[in-house]
Amino acid sequence: MTDLLPVLTDTWDAPRSWRLSTYEKHGGYAGLKKALRMAPSDLVQTVKDSGLRGRGGAGFPAGMKWGFLPPDDGGPRYLVVNADESEPGTCKDIPLMMASPQHLIEGAIITSYAIGCNHAFIYVRGEVLHVYRRLLEAVAEARRVGYLGTNILGSGFDLEITVHAGAGAYICGEETALLDSLEGLRGQPRLKPPFPAVEGLYARPTVVNNVETVASVPGIVDRGSDWFTAMGTEKSTGHGLFSLSGHVTRPGQYEAPLGITLRELLDEAGGMRGGKALKFWTPGGSSTPLFTAEHLDTPLDYESVGAAGSMLGTRALQLFDETVCVVRAVSRWTDFYAHESCGKCTPCREGTYWLKQILHRIEGGEGQDQDIDVLLDLCDNILGRAFCALGDGATSPITSSIQYFRDEYQAHIDGRGCPFDPSASALFPYTPRTPMPSAAAASGQLVGAGGGGH
Amino acid sequence: MTVTTSKPEGEVAEPKMVAFTIDGIEAQVPEGTLIIRAAEQLGIEIPRFCDHPLLEPAGACRQCLVEVAMPDREGNVRPMPKPQASCTMTVTPGMVVKTQVTSPVADKAQQGVMELLLMNHPLDCPVCDKGGECPLQNQAMSAGRADTRFEDVKRTFPKPVSLSSQILLDRERCVLCQRCTRFSDEIAGDAFIALQMRGATQQIGRFDEKILGFESPGCGCGDGGCGSADETSSSAADTGVPDTGAPDSPGREAAVIGADAAAAKSRAETDAGGQGFSSYFSGNTVQICPVGALTGASYRFRSRPFDLVSVPSIAEHDSCGSAIRIDHRRGQVLRRLSGEDPVVNEEWITDKDRFAFTWQSAPDRLTTPLVRERDEAGDRGELRPASWAEALEVAAQGLARARAAAGVGVLPGGRLTVEDAYAWSRFARQVLGTNDVDQRARAHSAEEAEFLAHAVAGTGIGVTFAELEKAPAVLLAGLEAEEEAGVTFLRLRKGVAKHGTRVFGLAPYASRGLTKLSGTLVPAVPGTEATVLAGLRGPVTDPTTPAGDPRAAASQALREQGAVILVGERLAASRGACAAVLELAAATGARVAWIPRRAGERGGVEAGLLPNLLPGGRPVTDPAARAEVTAAWGLSGEEASRLSAAPGLDTAGIIDALSVGHLSGAIVGGVELADLPDPAHARTALGAAGFLVSLEVRRSEVTDLADVVLPVAPPVERAGSYWNWEGRVRSFGAALDSTALPDHRALHALAAQLGSDLGAGTPGEAHLAVAALGAWTGPRAGAPGARTPEFTAAGATPTPAGRPGTGADDTAVLASWRMLLDDARGQDGERHLAGTAKRPVVRVSSTTASALGLSDGVQARVVTGRGAITLPVAVTAGMVDGVVWVPLASSGSRVHDTLGAAPGDVVRVRAAQAAGGSAGKSIDTGSAE
Ligand SMILES: Cc1cc2nc3c(=O)[nH]c(=O)nc-3n(C[C@H](O)[C@H](O)[C@H](O)COP(=O)(O)O)c2cc1C
Ligand code: SF4
Ligand code: SF4
Ligand code: FES
Repeated sequence: MTDLLPVLTDTWDAPRSWRLSTYEKHGGYAGLKKALRMAPSDLVQTVKDSGLRGRGGAGFPAGMKWGFLPPDDGGPRYLVVNADESEPGTCKDIPLMMASPQHLIEGAIITSYAIGCNHAFIYVRGEVLHVYRRLLEAVAEARRVGYLGTNILGSGFDLEITVHAGAGAYICGEETALLDSLEGLRGQPRLKPPFPAVEGLYARPTVVNNVETVASVPGIVDRGSDWFTAMGTEKSTGHGLFSLSGHVTRPGQYEAPLGITLRELLDEAGGMRGGKALKFWTPGGSSTPLFTAEHLDTPLDYESVGAAGSMLGTRALQLFDETVCVVRAVSRWTDFYAHESCGKCTPCREGTYWLKQILHRIEGGEGQDQDIDVLLDLCDNILGRAFCALGDGATSPITSSIQYFRDEYQAHIDGRGCPFDPSASALFPYTPRTPMPSAAAASGQLVGAGGGGH
Repeated sequence: MTVTTSKPEGEVAEPKMVAFTIDGIEAQVPEGTLIIRAAEQLGIEIPRFCDHPLLEPAGACRQCLVEVAMPDREGNVRPMPKPQASCTMTVTPGMVVKTQVTSPVADKAQQGVMELLLMNHPLDCPVCDKGGECPLQNQAMSAGRADTRFEDVKRTFPKPVSLSSQILLDRERCVLCQRCTRFSDEIAGDAFIALQMRGATQQIGRFDEKILGFESPGCGCGDGGCGSADETSSSAADTGVPDTGAPDSPGREAAVIGADAAAAKSRAETDAGGQGFSSYFSGNTVQICPVGALTGASYRFRSRPFDLVSVPSIAEHDSCGSAIRIDHRRGQVLRRLSGEDPVVNEEWITDKDRFAFTWQSAPDRLTTPLVRERDEAGDRGELRPASWAEALEVAAQGLARARAAAGVGVLPGGRLTVEDAYAWSRFARQVLGTNDVDQRARAHSAEEAEFLAHAVAGTGIGVTFAELEKAPAVLLAGLEAEEEAGVTFLRLRKGVAKHGTRVFGLAPYASRGLTKLSGTLVPAVPGTEATVLAGLRGPVTDPTTPAGDPRAAASQALREQGAVILVGERLAASRGACAAVLELAAATGARVAWIPRRAGERGGVEAGLLPNLLPGGRPVTDPAARAEVTAAWGLSGEEASRLSAAPGLDTAGIIDALSVGHLSGAIVGGVELADLPDPAHARTALGAAGFLVSLEVRRSEVTDLADVVLPVAPPVERAGSYWNWEGRVRSFGAALDSTALPDHRALHALAAQLGSDLGAGTPGEAHLAVAALGAWTGPRAGAPGARTPEFTAAGATPTPAGRPGTGADDTAVLASWRMLLDDARGQDGERHLAGTAKRPVVRVSSTTASALGLSDGVQARVVTGRGAITLPVAVTAGMVDGVVWVPLASSGSRVHDTLGAAPGDVVRVRAAQAAGGSAGKSIDTGSAE
């Protein structure tokens, strides 16, 4: 049995948890003080030893990424913190930055020191104005006491942190699109190589890390890499935030060692809402292939989730109970990808446009027998053919849902509509804003009501 | 489809070779070769859209996917998990590539991408201009499915959008390959179009408030936004797909959607249509667009590619000698495209070279010889058509009489082929017995003629495009490369981007072109160039020189191995400047190249169309040179004795002599009197000429005065060669069948009438005649400076080294040069092109503006004793004080004609309306006068 393990979330329930004083009262900035007495290369080694893997989705070892920077040539090097959090279901960085922004600031200072950066950027998703404000204040607080600025704590190390608000595009979470956006250009992914470690922001060596990755660094420095590796599994070390959302009794952030299972998390979260049965879930956000109830005991670490056919991603566990139409859910996700496709490459731009229309047709009762095969073939033509991972991600919900629920798709086609009542899965009763011809057709009634509700 | 590989020219270093396997073929390619290029070299064609050999890889369309395997550290060849874009990946040692030919995965990937591209494509090939020459069409046949599975709703856009008066965009045809935007950004440096919106609504566009849903910034109506902006935002919101008020009539005049005339007024760089200035190179985007999304207004819906006959040719609008392709149908030219010539213009041409060809078939084209009688008093009668026999006879008699009297002046113009130029030169010397010959129909000087004789004539190929690209530093001495030699500008820009070339511009302000070259202005008041150039000679070490002084930087940079000084035509009229260039070159080791504006001028220098030069750089004053010419032309007796040892009159001298009867007649080629430094004087002079023969393509001011007009062929109807500024021979054949005679044949016939053999009766003969007189090997003409140069620009006042006009009174020194697109007759008949010309403005520095009481956007009058030019003011940052700039020959700004002035002259500048009590800006829309 794996228990919850609050590290980053430890102070979230403290009064005025976002204040620097609160953070310091709970031991904050001990890591920085220790780090500034260490050689930067030793810090990189410590993080390598900790096995910390990127918490932004791909799980790339953080210490190794830092180690990729070319030797110092005297020119600027940058740390860019990816706080664009836009993946459907992913909701860990934003609460972290709201509740305990100093975790991120301290992590950014230590990371900058380790990689030789004197100007770090935090790129925050534009829609979360409140988080943007909180970060601005957190940076100001840190500067007031000398954690930022010149000669930090007498170490001779200088650092400025710029908090930058994006303009609201999922693609700007992709690290190279983020860099373009940060430079004031159109947010579209860059050709790699060169990788950001070699030519990143303003064509200078750059480390891009997720908020949670960076926020995990102070603990590792303060308590040592052994402390970190003692948590989690051999290859997926440490603690992580698991974001439970959907049909769960107590949705929210659950911090635990990697390798915990959904069954254990559900126990903590009070089980499925209303005691209904779990139908399908995402282990790491909508871009990771769906799981079903058969995966309740899959350890949520990179290796086990991968072996089971999905990805740990951002540990965004969206839970859907038996009332949910998987076609409808997938169709909404696909709308998202079609809307967020940056437009650069053909497979994603055109493919999502087409996928969306087919799914809407199936959902609306106008599906045709070949549609499911066309969907699968289209996904095959997008996955691994697109320029960046957004296009790949768009296919995950579709292929995995057809894998597990092909019959349900077929039922939509054969029954010329959706067999589910969408309001049944809602938290409170509601009347759909748009008419549901499919539901009406399936139940053979309510035609007039649908029209009237329009 | 483009399968060029740009081969670096003149590279000696052997590139390192990389061995790899593709579709089972083992091959070696130079290190750094992209897979797609390597495949081309082996004859394997991988379909592609975004890839273009002259643009940076984008990897956007994903059409070129192939399977790739690479050896790992242990040497085991491991396949990459996904197909790779072959246009972005370079070949590495031991790589194993499988294209669609051998890999089912690659084949399926390509078919999948093709299906997705076609899914939203309108498939309106039968009405699309690209149909028949369309990479999408072709590759859909080779790499696509026979049918589509798409049954849903296609993306549509209102069509078309005018990107400029010249370029139209049908967004639904666009495959978003970004070639056009990358060209604009990487090559031309005019980011006038960009990707906009995202996902399936991503589209190409210019800044268009309607499409982008911006509130119009210029609308100060103050009552909660003006109607049009509201309308747009609501329609865009409703449909999700941007709706535009795009007009559906493509052929309308220079009007462009989204034009905000009020905002445009305050912008210095706007085109004639009122839009933010777009580009001089926009036509290239039409050519590289792999679908029919971008079209040129003048060609749109005019023709089908398979009805066209394509002929390679050379562009006649500048001295670059760009390779072009002429497409014609039933005797009519329908369009021109860029040719491919890696050595000269790569694959790019200017919009002028592309679109300005209708002048050759303009309604005022001369089709028969014309003659006119004069009455006893010498008053001219009407021109009347005549037979060639009669016209030649009348011309011969008149010229013979004039020759016997005070002599004949020869003004052949600067647009001749080199074959024509040799015939003109020989006609002048052998038949008319005169050195009073000058091709320069522009401001010029004796000093320039000496410079050309000393440093240019008979030097063969000097600085090349390739060398220019790699030059560490280039000084543009009185040359606006973007305006005067477009593809040279592009090469320089490539050098700046790829090889770190540093560009310096000797000018009164940093033009847009210089800015796009990341260039440094070496400021000079017109007329003081010689002084400034002299200042660059020694290393600038004066301790009073401020750090970062552009002169110090230029002086330093020109010392680097391979540095180049490019001399433009406006240096000719700046006293001492040509000599100063040569001295600067000698002091720094920089090489010198002369870049005239007109296509014929370099060839004309070779042919001796200057008063001091015989063909091949032979000085007229050198007896041995004359002897060589006499021998080559087989002259004897009277003809031989006609070769004069004395330098003749230059253009200004000839005109002066005609006006006072010191010459009795003239024979004139393609010369526009308005181009001459003093057009009014030239008109009087030619009017006073006892006998005037004109060889012209179209009716002109000269033909209106001529006694005999011999119609000659425009370039499209004859074969010939230009010598471009490099000194490279650029030969072309006749694109259209024609009975029109080139100049050399008309002159040959005229010479025959006068009892001489010009040896230019056929194109072949004329061409060989050029080679018959090789470059002069004797002592070269001396460098300028040996004789006090005469300043020939009309009314020129020597400019003091100081800066006149700063605040003391309303005077300023005039600066001026020609725009690529202006009022020239070579652009006649192309209204779409005209709409993309820069809007003429008056430029002054902010200090000078306040001294003269001017501000941005108000109308200013530039005044001389002769006349005034009225244009809106563009206060120009970093401009030299005390100088006023106007375009030399643009609509409403004919400097020579209206002002009778030339750069370097002092003019008066004032606000267009005297401040008669009413304060504030006065904006009047009146044009000159
Ligand atoms: C479409 C797309 C969106 C992404 N969005 C985010 C994001 O919002 N936050 C994030 O940290 N990483 C995001 N990533 C992953 C980043 O590209 C990058 O891998 C990550 O920021 C690296 O940080 P890490 O190594 O600390 O995880 C996204 C990737 C893709 C392809
Ligand atoms: S897959 Fe292609 S279109 Fe989609 S977001 Fe990435 S680059 Fe843009
Ligand atoms: S307009 Fe043509 S060149 Fe430009 S992106 Fe579209 S298809 Fe490519
Ligand atoms: S040609 Fe390679 S991705 Fe477009």
